[in-house]
Amino acid sequence: MIKSDVQLDAKGLACPMPIVKTKKAIQGLDEGQVLEVIATDKGSKADLAAWAKTVGHQYIGTTEEGGVLYHYIRKCNPEASEQVEKTFEKTISNEEAVNGEGLILDVREAAEFAFGHIPGAKSIPMGELAARMDELDKARTIYVICRTGTRSDLAAQQLAEAGFTTIYNVLPGMSEYEGELEKEVK
Amino acid sequence: MTVTAWTAAQVARKVIDNKELFILDVRNADAFEDWKIEGHQFEYLNIPYFELLDGVEEILPKIPTDKDVLVVCAKEGSSIMVAEMLSEAGLSVGYLEGGMKSWSMYLEPIKVGDLQDGGELYQFVRLGKGCLSYMAISGGEAAIIDAVRFTEVFTKFAEEKGVEIKHVFDTHLHADHISGGRHIAAQTGATYYLPPKDAEEVVFEYAPLTDGLTVQLGASQIEVGALYSPGHTIGSTSFVIDGKYLLTGDILFIDSIGRPDLAGLAEDWVGDLRETLYSRYRTLAEDLIVLPAHFMIIEELNEDGTVAKRLGELFAENHGLNVEDEEVFRSMVTDNLPPQPNAYQEIRHVNMGKITPDHDEQTEMEIGPNRCAVR
Repeated sequence: MIKSDVQLDAKGLACPMPIVKTKKAIQGLDEGQVLEVIATDKGSKADLAAWAKTVGHQYIGTTEEGGVLYHYIRKCNPEASEQVEKTFEKTISNEEAVNGEGLILDVREAAEFAFGHIPGAKSIPMGELAARMDELDKARTIYVICRTGTRSDLAAQQLAEAGFTTIYNVLPGMSEYEGELEKEVK
Repeated sequence: MTVTAWTAAQVARKVIDNKELFILDVRNADAFEDWKIEGHQFEYLNIPYFELLDGVEEILPKIPTDKDVLVVCAKEGSSIMVAEMLSEAGLSVGYLEGGMKSWSMYLEPIKVGDLQDGGELYQFVRLGKGCLSYMAISGGEAAIIDAVRFTEVFTKFAEEKGVEIKHVFDTHLHADHISGGRHIAAQTGATYYLPPKDAEEVVFEYAPLTDGLTVQLGASQIEVGALYSPGHTIGSTSFVIDGKYLLTGDILFIDSIGRPDLAGLAEDWVGDLRETLYSRYRTLAEDLIVLPAHFMIIEELNEDGTVAKRLGELFAENHGLNVEDEEVFRSMVTDNLPPQPNAYQEIRHVNMGKITPDHDEQTEMEIGPNRCAVR
């Protein structure tokens, strides 16, 4: 079971209804939240991915179980681009983080993590970080990563304010990571 | 204004009669790029339906008002939605019933010519998929070659013609579409033939189709004779019908030649392909009319909708028959081949009788173009 914020049941609906319903449902989400669309129309996979790309949401992936498709889409605001200024000073590259000694902390949503992360990375979604900080070792070096470096920038600041000392924001982030991926989905 | 439902048969008429048609294809760009309804005089606009959810105003200027407009999608749901939006905006448009799915399944029987003693030869053109099947009839009997999976089209046609189906052949084990051959044979009591070299893994009974085998139709002299012609597969066999027609299966097409790689043995079979095209076929009469099992592009259709051409003309014009150098030929048919047909491995297994998918699964497997050729 992959964690999502809102679920939409589009089972039994034929094209175009899965997309029509998705478009409507996603309006009710906050930016950054993940929508799970449950559908049986086989064509919905290619269409949802293409639609998400067109409108600027992030299509995370699809799993299939017993003829039912589970699609995951993260709501993005295409106007507020990913180019938000990153302020956390200490940064390192994807490669350095992968080869480094520290812990890779992946602050993307659980669904994004499930569809592919750096082997050995720990998942704490950005929204849960404040509540789950005690799971992290203050003495250890931590490389914070997300998709494009924006969420990890905020997370790195939060950690630094909480007294963590050796924190790095990993840039450019998972969007340009080409190494081995570990998945929690088939 | 109005929305009209079009059948695949009506669209096929437009293709065969060389009529104009404006197709608004609302599938996503990849699907359109991969495979669409081809017509000599068709114009296209591809805008995915999910880009039109907020309205069709932006595309209205691009839609002609002086010719038929047909909205097409994968199954039909999205095309109905878009057609209704266009209708509300004041246009009269059609949508394709059953979408590309029904287009993929539609077969148009076209008469190729007369055989002696009142016999006839028909080509069944599957426009959406580029598959060609054949039925020769004479003296109350019929032989079918390379039947696609819509068996009722053939059994009904035979019924209308008042003929009994006696022989059903597949020129080879198909990899791009599911054969209806053995099912037609089972339903009608006809004999089903398959080349034994392609049939090593099949799990049903069949009659061996070997070089030199002949069958006669009715009391007449019409002969259907087999000619071993390997290369696309190791068993590939051609037919000469009534001394006039050469059915080449997937070995030789109008504007291309067969690819040797769909059973994973391109390197081994390229020599056979060369031998068939450059030696065996060269000994045949140039006046034979070549009837292939596929066409790849709409330009291969003749004015009457058939796909047929004199062997002599193909020797002169088909690029694949005019590669002098054997090494150049080898590399042409083994390197840089086009993508393989959708689900071709599974389709081979269906045709071997190893798996029996349901109707919908079979439709899914056959989606897309056939891609059996090298140009």
